[in-house]
Amino acid sequence: MSSFNPYTQNGGTILAIAGADFSVVAGDTRQSEGYNIQTRYAPKVFRLTDRAVLAVNGFAADGNMFVKKVKQRLEWYRHAHAKDMPLRSIARLIQTMLYSRRFFPYYVYNILGGIEEDGSGAVYSFDPVGSYERETCRAAGPAQSLLQPFLDNQIYFKNQQPAPGMSHPTHLPLQAVLALVIDSFTSATERHIEVGDGLEMYIILGKGRGLQGLEGVKGVQELTISEDGERIFVVRRELKKD
Amino acid sequence: MNSLIQRFAGSSSGIELQKRNATVVDDDGELSDVMWGSMAGFGSLAKGVPTFTVPSVPDPAAFLRLHTDDHADPSCRIKIQHGTTTLAFRYQGGVIVAVDSRATAGNYIASGTVKKVIEINPYLLGTMAGGAADCQFWETYLGMHCRLHELRNHERISVSAASKYLSNLVYSYKGMGLSMGTMICGWDKTGPAIFYVDSDGTRLRGDLFSVGSGSTFAYGVLDQGYRWDLTDEEAQELGRRSIYAAGHRDAFSGNSCNLYHVKERGWEFIGNYDINKLHYDGPGNGQGYGYEVRVEGKTSAVAA
Repeated sequence: MSSFNPYTQNGGTILAIAGADFSVVAGDTRQSEGYNIQTRYAPKVFRLTDRAVLAVNGFAADGNMFVKKVKQRLEWYRHAHAKDMPLRSIARLIQTMLYSRRFFPYYVYNILGGIEEDGSGAVYSFDPVGSYERETCRAAGPAQSLLQPFLDNQIYFKNQQPAPGMSHPTHLPLQAVLALVIDSFTSATERHIEVGDGLEMYIILGKGRGLQGLEGVKGVQELTISEDGERIFVVRRELKKD
Repeated sequence: MNSLIQRFAGSSSGIELQKRNATVVDDDGELSDVMWGSMAGFGSLAKGVPTFTVPSVPDPAAFLRLHTDDHADPSCRIKIQHGTTTLAFRYQGGVIVAVDSRATAGNYIASGTVKKVIEINPYLLGTMAGGAADCQFWETYLGMHCRLHELRNHERISVSAASKYLSNLVYSYKGMGLSMGTMICGWDKTGPAIFYVDSDGTRLRGDLFSVGSGSTFAYGVLDQGYRWDLTDEEAQELGRRSIYAAGHRDAFSGNSCNLYHVKERGWEFIGNYDINKLHYDGPGNGQGYGYEVRVEGKTSAVAA
């Protein structure tokens, strides 16, 4: 008798980086199973509120269902409280939702990015059963081991010595972060078979922050719903399709 | 507020496990008023006890074992973070809690910045070894119940009672695949206290514990340096030095050491120390811990 196996790995990779007053959450759009590419456009990054974006990776069916349920809980919260749920509360909600499936887990790695109530950019990363941590940057998925060391070096300046009398910055400007994200995905596409086709980058800007860093970026599309709050943008790029 | 207390009143350590007929079932259960609100994010606890979705197979625990890695099988899909060194000891000046910050999934270092000390409330600390989510979730849950104890009894919960609440709770899930080895540390009416609680249901009171893959290395340093009448500085240094030793010799431990000190007025975070920095430079006041530093320039040292 074959055992009950409700899981599969659908490839793709996600990545999020927090800045001082912004956050960038990105994912490729390829969905595969084994060596077969099922589709070249399956979004893995989703807008939850005007200040929160969730990226999911692992088993696509579980991921889509999980995002659907998180969105539903956030809508209920809006009806009850007449406001959007704060980012740190969304993070805790995701923990309890994942943990409620402790004995039948969602095979999903989640990365939540957005703006906290104090205006700072934040990234939260989760394991499939709900342990979570706030970080500055995180990559997840099959190409995690390709991307994370690169980010450690470029964002946390790991194994880099500052020039005499200088120090490393704690946060990078938006322009630099976008360049790092694009380079990360083009490089992962070159060396990982499950990464490619398209790139979606969600950019969440803190309240009252100007658009500096976004000027000159081609194909920026605004997704913000409410006025005078945080603003969300998406940038779509092509990745190699072989 | 009253209805909230009502919901949690009475002895609620009994656990309700829902096994349903459908293969894929709704994890949110029935809709209740609380689901609409915030409940501090603990919407799944609306009924007072958590409910869990369980796959409709003859042996759910075997299903979980098949699909999640518990040390033995690193090829499994769902990786749960593992590998740790944690320690805590009691002495004249309170309790010292020191942990590393590495999380591994197979051979991959999944994170080097894990917070393995869980701040249950201003008087209680829990440590994390085994499943990260199990420790995080149940110790946060324990924190809620400690607060309810305060509201019901107008008195802080003892470390003994808090740890017993946790051990009874995890015991009710025995065999289901939970994995945690934790030390509940705090200061109550009886003074400083440490209890070791694990997912097998073991609960031990003691002066000195170390848990995790690097515990043997930490014990080596800890046992030889431990005295009841340590000063605060000596005790903190002993905790830090023990975690360094584990980070140095255990591949599954390392990155940085988080140090906490529990005193009569509650716990205090002492600091975060990079283990590589400790090797070469020490904690900032003296020499590095690494033995290269100690043999440098001596005739017995092997030439590079």
